[in-house]
Formats: sequence, C-alpha cells, structure tokens
Amino acid sequence: MRQKEKASFLTGILAASIVIGAFSGVEAADTIKIGEINHHKRMAAFTIPYKNGVELALAQINGAGGVLGKPLEFIFRDDQGKPGEAIKIAEELMTRDNAVMLTGTIFSNVGLAISSYAGEKKHLYLAGEPLADSLVWAKGNKYTFRLRCSTYMQAAMLAEQAAKSPAVKYATIAPNYAYGKDAVAAFKKALTALRPDVEFVTEQWPALFKIDAGAEVQAIERAKPDAIYNVTFGGDLAKFVREGTTRGLFEGRTVYGLLTGEPEYIDPLKDEAPVGWIVTGYPWYGFKDGANKEFVDAYMAKYKSHPGMGSLVGYMVTQSIAAGITAAGSTDTEALVAAFEGLKVSSPVGEITYRKLDHQSTMGAFIGKVALKDGAGVMVDWEYKNGADYLPSDAEVKKMRPASK
Amino acid sequence: MTEVLKVKNLSKSFGGIHAVVNLSFSVAEGELLALIGPNGAGKTTCFNMLMGQLKPTSGNVFLHDENLSGLPPRKIWRKGVGRTFQITATYQSMTVVENVQMALISHHRRCFSILPFAHQLYRDEAMELLQLVGMEAQSERACAILAYGDLKRLELAIALCHEPTLLLMDEPTAGMAPRERIELMQLTSDIVRDRRISVLFTEHDMDVVFAHSHRIMVLNRGELIANGSVESIRNDAKVQEVYLGGGTLFKNDEEQTYA
Amino acid sequence: MGFIVAQLLTGLANAAALFLVASGLSLIFGVTRIVNFAHGSFYMLGAFVGYSLMQVLPGFIGFWASVVLSGVIVGVIGVIVEICVLRPIYKAPELFQLVATFGVILVIQDLALMTWGPVDVLGPRAPGLKGIVRILGEPVPQYDLALIAITPFVLFGLWFLLTKTRVGILVRAATQDREMVSALGVNQAWLFTGVFFLGSALAGVGGAIQLPKGGADLLMDFNILTTIFVVVVIGGMGSLPGAYIAAVLISVLNVFGVSYLPQSTLVLMFVVMAVVLMVKPYGLLGREEVAGEHGQVGEPERPIKPAGYRGRIFVGIVIALLAAVPFLGSFATVLTTDIIIFCLFAASLQFILGLGGLNSFGHAAYFGGGAYVAALLVRSAGTPMELAFILAPLGACMAAVIIGWFCIRLTGIYFAMLTMAFAQLLWSLIYQWDKFTGGDDGLVDIWPAAWLSGTTAYFYLTLVVGVGGIVFLRHVAHSPFGYALRAARDSSRQAEATGINTKRVQWAAFAFAGALAGLAGGLFVFSKGSIFPTELEIAKSFDAIIVIFLGGVKTLSGAVVGGATLEVARDFLTRFEYWRLILGLMIIAVVILSPDGIVGSLRKYAERIGLLREMVDGEQ
Repeated sequence: MRQKEKASFLTGILAASIVIGAFSGVEAADTIKIGEINHHKRMAAFTIPYKNGVELALAQINGAGGVLGKPLEFIFRDDQGKPGEAIKIAEELMTRDNAVMLTGTIFSNVGLAISSYAGEKKHLYLAGEPLADSLVWAKGNKYTFRLRCSTYMQAAMLAEQAAKSPAVKYATIAPNYAYGKDAVAAFKKALTALRPDVEFVTEQWPALFKIDAGAEVQAIERAKPDAIYNVTFGGDLAKFVREGTTRGLFEGRTVYGLLTGEPEYIDPLKDEAPVGWIVTGYPWYGFKDGANKEFVDAYMAKYKSHPGMGSLVGYMVTQSIAAGITAAGSTDTEALVAAFEGLKVSSPVGEITYRKLDHQSTMGAFIGKVALKDGAGVMVDWEYKNGADYLPSDAEVKKMRPASK
Repeated sequence: MTEVLKVKNLSKSFGGIHAVVNLSFSVAEGELLALIGPNGAGKTTCFNMLMGQLKPTSGNVFLHDENLSGLPPRKIWRKGVGRTFQITATYQSMTVVENVQMALISHHRRCFSILPFAHQLYRDEAMELLQLVGMEAQSERACAILAYGDLKRLELAIALCHEPTLLLMDEPTAGMAPRERIELMQLTSDIVRDRRISVLFTEHDMDVVFAHSHRIMVLNRGELIANGSVESIRNDAKVQEVYLGGGTLFKNDEEQTYA
Repeated sequence: MGFIVAQLLTGLANAAALFLVASGLSLIFGVTRIVNFAHGSFYMLGAFVGYSLMQVLPGFIGFWASVVLSGVIVGVIGVIVEICVLRPIYKAPELFQLVATFGVILVIQDLALMTWGPVDVLGPRAPGLKGIVRILGEPVPQYDLALIAITPFVLFGLWFLLTKTRVGILVRAATQDREMVSALGVNQAWLFTGVFFLGSALAGVGGAIQLPKGGADLLMDFNILTTIFVVVVIGGMGSLPGAYIAAVLISVLNVFGVSYLPQSTLVLMFVVMAVVLMVKPYGLLGREEVAGEHGQVGEPERPIKPAGYRGRIFVGIVIALLAAVPFLGSFATVLTTDIIIFCLFAASLQFILGLGGLNSFGHAAYFGGGAYVAALLVRSAGTPMELAFILAPLGACMAAVIIGWFCIRLTGIYFAMLTMAFAQLLWSLIYQWDKFTGGDDGLVDIWPAAWLSGTTAYFYLTLVVGVGGIVFLRHVAHSPFGYALRAARDSSRQAEATGINTKRVQWAAFAFAGALAGLAGGLFVFSKGSIFPTELEIAKSFDAIIVIFLGGVKTLSGAVVGGATLEVARDFLTRFEYWRLILGLMIIAVVILSPDGIVGSLRKYAERIGLLREMVDGEQ
C-alpha cells in the first residue's frame, strides 16, 4: 500500500514537472512585454476601468508605431490580492514571459511586496495606483517608481482647504489599516502645521469593509466636532454616508473626503452622494477642452462608458512606460531606471515628472465640492492641484529614504 | 490469602439516584470473582469507579493497600490493573500486532519517542502475547476486519501487556456465540492461573459465571445482596428472588446489552 | 443616558441581519451536521437578488415583497446546491462536505460577478421608513426600529415552526438522532433538503433586509462568514435562541467597542468567542457533542507501513528529479519552491488532522506565525537570517503550545471553531497592531543571507529543509509518537486505559505540527522577502484543509499530492478570466467523484486492476 502512495506522490510531482515544462517553452514574439499584476478579480470594480485605460493607451501607442519600433504588450495576471502570489507571478513574468518591467496593483501591501522584490532582484517596477507613502519614502528603493499622487499629497491638499475654514474641532474616520492610518497622520500633520489651533476630538477606526456605520456615526456625533475628515471608501463609505445623512451627522459640518470624489467610489452612491463634502477625485464630466477632454472623449468613444480614476491611472502608466522605454532607447533595466529618473511625460493632466529624488511623479489630484447633478454625485468648483506643490521638502524626503538604496 | 483489591464503602449517586451504595468487598490473589446482577444493578458504575472513569461520591479503592481513588484510568493502569471493555475498544487503523505493540510502548513509557519505528518495537513480546490468546496467525491483519470474538481475544492480549496483578473484565463474553464464550473464558482462567492474576468480571451468561468463577457477588439496586461461593449463590433465596422478580431468569440478555 | 440607549438600539438593529444569517447556518448544522461555508455566499446572493427585485418592485409593498422573494429565490438556490453537491456526499467524512461548500463559494463568486458586474451597489432605502425618530434626544433611524421589531418575530416564527408543527418536530428529532428519524420512515434526504431551503432562505432574507443599511458587493460573502461563525459558535451550534443571544451580544459589544476601543474592533469579537468557549466549551446554549458522533465515518483507515526498499528508491528518484528543477529555468524553480513550502505546510496539518483526528481550522496561524517571528526578528532585532530562520518554527511551536492548551480540551467541530477563533485572533492582532507588525502593509525586505540569496541557492535550501520536513513528518507518523496519536484518535477509551495520556499526546502533536508549519512559514518569508497578514487568513487555513481532502485524508501522502496538484492547477488557472469558477467546479467534482481523494482513489484503482497486490507481494 505504501508503494502505491509513493507512486501517486510521484505522479503528482511528475504532473507538476510536466506542466512546468510545458510552460517553459517561450515563443519569441517580437513585442516589448510589460508584466502587469493586479487584483483583477478581487477589486474588479477598479481593475476593469483601469485595464480599459491601459488598453486605450496601448492602442494609441501601437497605432503610432509602438516603442523602439516594436509593439508594446501588457501581460495581465491576477494575484488574488495576495502579496505572496504577486511575487511568484512577478518572477514568472520577468523570467519566463520575458517581461522587461513590472507594473500594477491597487493594494499598497501588494505594491510594497513587489517593490521589495524588484529591489532585491533588480527589476524595474512602476507602481500605478498604490498610495502608501512608504513605497517611495521609508521603504523606497532604486528600482521602484510611483505614478499616483500619494496619500500624503492628497491629504495635504485637503488639509490646505480645511485650514481655510474656521472649524477647530475635527473628527476623523478611517479604515483601521495602514492606508487609513497614514491618511489620518498625514492630514493631522499638514493641518496642524497650517493651523496650530485645531484639535482632533475623536478618531474612529472601523475595520476595513466591516464598518458598523450606525455606531460610528453616533460616536462621532457624541464628540460634537466642527468638521470631519473621512478616509473610508467602497462599501464602508456608502454605509457611513447613509447612516450619517439619516442621523443628521453632516448637518452644519464640513466633511473632507479623501478619494471620495473618484467615480469608482461616488457613482454607487447615486442620488445619496454627500452634497457639500470637499473631496479629491476625478471630474471626468467637467472638462471643456484640452488633453483631459481628449482622453475622456477617446475613452468614451472606445468603451461607451465613462472613465474612472483607474482609467486615467492605467492610461498614464502606459504612457509613462512608453516614454521611459523610448527615452532609455533599450529595455535594459539599468538604462530604464536611468531614463525614468527625471522622466517627463505629457499626459491628460499635463506634464508630469518622475522625480530623481524619490521616484515619485508629480501627478496631482483634482479637488472639489460634491454636488448632485441628474441624480448622481459630481464634483463642482474643482481645481487640479499639481502634486509637486504638496511634497515635503527635499531634505525631509532624503531623510526618510533609506540611504543605501 | 493476600488481598489484591480492597473496596471500602464505595458509593455513587447521580443527582438523587443512588447507583452504588456503600459497597465493600475484596479480591484475593489468583481469584476469579464474578460480579453479577440484573440490568441497572450498578455493575458498570462500579467498574467505572474502579477504573477511574467515574469519581466515587464516597469510599475508597485500594490496590495492595495503595489508595486508587481519584486517579485517572491511565494511572490506575500503571499501578498494574488491566481491563477489557464491554464494547470492544481497539485501534481500528492498526494491525493486530500493532495494537499489542502500542500497549507495550505505553508500558515502557515510550509514547513520546519519535526516532524508532513503532512497528519494530517489542514485536517479539507482542507476538508472544498473541500466541497466548491464539491470535498469532492473524497478527498482520487490519484490526478493522476482525471478527468480534477475535477482537475480544485481542483485547485480552492488550490487557496482559503490562503483566497486571488485577484484571477487570466488563462483560467479557458479550456478543459472542456460546461456543466462543466457553473458549474465551477457559482461556482466561488458564492465563490467570498461570500468571497468578486476580480477575474481577461482570457477566450476564450464568453458564459462564457458574463454570468459571471462584466466587460470586450479586449486586441489586446498587447494594451487595450476596457474596459467596458458586454453590451458595446458586441456592441463595435473595438472589433467586432478584432474578426471578426482575423477570430475567438465569439466562443471557446480551442482545440488550450489546446494542 | 440617551447615548447609551441609542447605542443599544443600534446594536440590536445590527443584530437582525446577523441573526437571520446565523440562524440559517445553525439550523443547517444542527440537522445535517454540515458546516456550510457557502452560507456567506447565500447572504451575498440575497443582497444582490433583493437589490435587483427592488429595482422592479416599487413602494412599500414592493420592498418587503422583494425581501421575502429574495429569501425564496436564495432558498431554491440552496436546494440546488444541496441536491447537486451535498446529497451525493452525505456518506463521506463530514469535513468533505465542508470542502465541497468551499468549492461552492468560488463558483458563486464568479457567477455573481458575471450576473451583477463588478461594481458595488448601494441598497435602496426602505420606502416609508426613511426618517428618524428621536429617542431621548438621540436620532434613531426608523428602519433600525423596524429591524429590532422584526427579529423577535422571526425567532418566534422559527421556534413555532420547530416546536409546534409536525415537520418541525421531525427536524428537531433529526438534530437529536438522525438514524432514529430515518427508522421512523421519514425520508431523510428530503428533510435535509427542506432544512437547507429554510437555512438558505434565512441567509437570503438576511442579505436583502440589510440593503437599506448598506448594499451589495462581491466581498460580502467572506466578510460576514467569520462573524456568523463566531455567532453560531458562541450561541451553541444548532441552537436558535443561542444564535439570537450571541448575535445581540456581538452586535452590542461591537457598537460599544466602536466608542470605547475604536482601534481593536476586530480583536474584540474573537476575544469574546475565545472567552465564551473557555468557560462554556459548547457555546452558551449548545449541547455537548456525543462522543463518536462526529468521528471519521466511511471505511476505516488502513494500517500504515514505512516505505519499503522500492518506496525509498522511488522517493530518491523524486528528490533527484526535484533537484534538477533549476535547469528548467528560474520560474520553474520559484514555482517548485512555492509548492514544496505549501506541501510542508499542508503535510504538517495532515499530521494532526489525519493521524490525530484533530480538525484544526486555524493552521495558518502557525505558518504565518512562524513567518512573522522570523520577519520581526530580522526587522526589529536585526537578527541574522540564519538564526531567525531557526527561531521561526520555535516561535510557531510556542504559539501552538499556548493555543493548543485551550483547544485540546474540545473535540470535533468545537475544536475546529476554537482553533479558527484563535487563528483569527492572531490575525487581527497582527493586522491591527501595525506599529509593531506593519499591519496590512506587512513587513518587507526580509531577504535571505547573501549565500542563499539566489533563486537556485534558496531552492536547494527549500528542497533540503522542506522535503526533509515532509520526510521527517512521515517518519514521526511511523514512530511510537505517531502511533500513540492514532491510538488516541481510534479509541481514546482504550488508549487512556492503557496508560496513554491522550490529551497530552494530542497537545504535543498540535505543537509539533505547529512547529513544522512555522518551518514552512520561515521558508516562505525568506523566499518572498516579505510577509503580510494574508498568510494567516482563514482562506490560507482552508487551502491546507482542501488539499488534504483533495489528496486523500486517510492517506499519508495526501497533503503532498493534493498540495502539488492544487498549486499547479491554481498557477495554471489564474491565467483565465473566470478561474475561480473552474477551480470551484474542480474541487466539487473531485469531492463527488473521488471522495477518497486523489491518492485514495488511485490506491483503490490499483487494487482493482491488481497492481497493488502485486506490489505488496513484491515487497514481502
């Protein structure tokens, strides 16, 4: 009997080896491949607009002759939202699929895992969506770049707005994990720098996607703040807004909402969108002309639906990669890293620069006020804020970044 | 004669029900003592107290003048008390000989040893014991496919592993064919005679009881109503009444107990 | 005062949906003994179906009709699942059904994505109940009051159904004694189906009724799963009043937790559960499990023998083949590294689950625990990699010793639930104590020492340690300790009566398995360079359980074969759009078609064609 078990053990291993073998035959197609890792299934509401954005840019780039004379190709892979899985896929993309660099992920923790992997194995990683400050600062490395305006930058933009109001007593509510904590810490730091007189009367930390909205609203109400800073998003945001509106929490109070204005988050709220909140987001409906308008039009023509924040990120990631490879003149990692440092990319939101100092791009964010239009939440009186204006001083950044990297 | 087991004023009540009341008796060296009584007389409760599965409400149990009260079953076993079960308890996933080896491993206190192969340990001793109970031919069979009578023999072999001075057998022949009963009890009495082991057993089959016990105790409603030689019990009026009155004349009612 | 009352009302309102879902789970478990992991999926379906219905059925009547209809529709879906997936495997070991329901979760996730799309939906407000009522000056939503009012009626309705009607009496009889009910001539299969309908319908209603307080999204299924298990276990498996009390207890505690311990909302629930189970091991109103009732059913396990001469040569060849993997390229090396690590993890669980009959649902705690020990030593104490690697299994072992001390006293499903609760407790600690553990952002840059840093070098370390660990586990299975563990499982009566301290043997085995899981965790953290709380998640524990069943729970190599198969299948399948659907169907198919698992089925097949007998003879 034992023999048979051995035999089947071997069968399993053999099956594994055969599959591995079958997969290791690499065909030599003449494209430049980019490895894209994302939580396509777990965060489908975000990855679908994002993927559309990537594909729109690819169509335009390849229509114009590709990069270095070759078509650009993205290989999309699903990591199930697990950092460990993402690293395995990264390895596969780089070594078996011959990808020249890595990009992708929404979750900061997966982004950090890939960044650490990229640093160790010396592959280039361009993070599109992950917002964690540490990605380019405390845990930054030579091989990691980030496109999006980080948690710190967006919180600083909101704090600037908040500083203009007379409110002094603030309540905060943020999901109880790293992103939420970063976002609250950044807001507090930026706001107290501008307005030393403000005080934070309560901090609420619902577990991510497990908010007990009624209780949170009661707890905030009890502290009687003048204004509220919100970091919740997704289903948590919807529940918080509904309970808060029902119970009158937002009456006579200004709420500052991080990311709340992004179509991915505000669209599901429909006519219950929290009117009057000051939020960061993406007002795709508000562009009259220029590069922003062109992008939105091209997107809507191709997909018959409006773009989300992710669409813009996907589009700009692809543009950045094309620009980087073109500038490097090769797909060699070291050449790419050199090209990305200080790389200037013209994008729908204007020209952005990948700073040599910390590899953070200067992409900014839109900030505006929520209003209702045709039964849906929109941002009005919005402004685009350049990311370069909301970064800490160079000296501070240098201090945060690990010296050796 | 030396007394191996001494039970003093043992009582057990469950809520208001007195299952065993003030029971005192002793077992002498080499003695085969039967404990009988109608259903619900308290035999199993008594056994469970002797083996440590139940804590007595009051009273004590002494083995060679050592108080066993309050000890868990495994410690009582270590003092030299072996047992077999009314419904057989063996290790289904092991072979016959491994079942015996397991008990030997435990006896030599090597349960936590991780280096040797268990099936190589104490194999000869185990085979000897299997030979003793006539199971050597089946030593490599899986325990799960044994006939019931063979399981009972196996249990006996297991119970003899640590050379006990006292053997407690709860309904040793329950569920067996009449011929098998006699064989098993004959085997048991031969072994205990050769090894000077004392045996306390409960039994429903009066043929078995009268044929093999040296002395009989009768329990009714938790109380000891008779204690004496086979002949005296056979003719005891009180015992007659208990059994006749209870409607279970001296015959087996094993179907009930086995279910 | 007003504040406290308002909080209490919020808690009671939150308890409504929780009770509905949990009572369904409890009912299903009570009667069928199936731990239905797909129950969260029924809840999610209820929310989506309810949302769709509310779009077409207007007004006050339409809203409540939608709620009831969602229950009916989800109930029917539950019946389909019961008939297609569970009915064929009622005779299989009970954990098998659990694995099948896990397959159902995956299938429903993808089907829901196909049907409703990826976007979260916000539930409509209940018509006529949109406003608030001021109680002691505090605003209380009308809908909350409606929920508070409805729940006791549901509880009463269920109570009436179960105690005053013939069907209910049969159902209750079935919870007490299944055989008796079938002996009475009741068609047990349809009774089970009926109970499944009711249980699923309750989950569906729970999903629909919470819409005005939230919405529907594709993460709801897993998000509610742990909470309802906590509720059912605290209340006592199978007890409806228990489920109600526990739902209220957890909800109210949560509400006050939000105000007074806002940072540790997750931890709180599991602490409550652990405390309740320590004091009342079978939950507040649960009844003690009858020994043997949930033992391994099906045919008994076969005796085991260490590998013979041929077997050893076989293993030698396998290891030699594995050693050649780096020649296949870097990715094959990484994939094989992952597979070996996962197989070691699964094999360590099989040691206690298979040999010991200890159904631990929280084994990931020791895998992740070991990984975190190593990572924290490197990050916080600057420990050299080699030392940290050695300390990983020790740390995991310590955790298993402590957790085992609490859990070993319980058996069966309660043991499973308490191990899960402790794993979740550890997870929530790591997740929420971010100053020390990095929280969700994990710990990164934990790379191996220079001499092991290459993919190939690390692969050989994994090969030696991982395969060594698996071989060692197999050896221990054949040692006196492994035998004692099986003895305790097969007959604790006989084991205790022959001097074996069964609880201590099981405790030691639990710790030993924890240490080897920690070893796998140590290998994992340095191979990935990082560690995140996801490695301690319930899903990780389930992964290990699933592969053991896929491979064959009553075999020694089941975990290894199942682990390798699942990892390869998953690596292959995730390239497809709807891979969860395929994987889910695959798991269900294996469970139904070969309930002995891969190894068990191959063994039987080999016996049928005579191959095995030949080999046994050849060995002698």
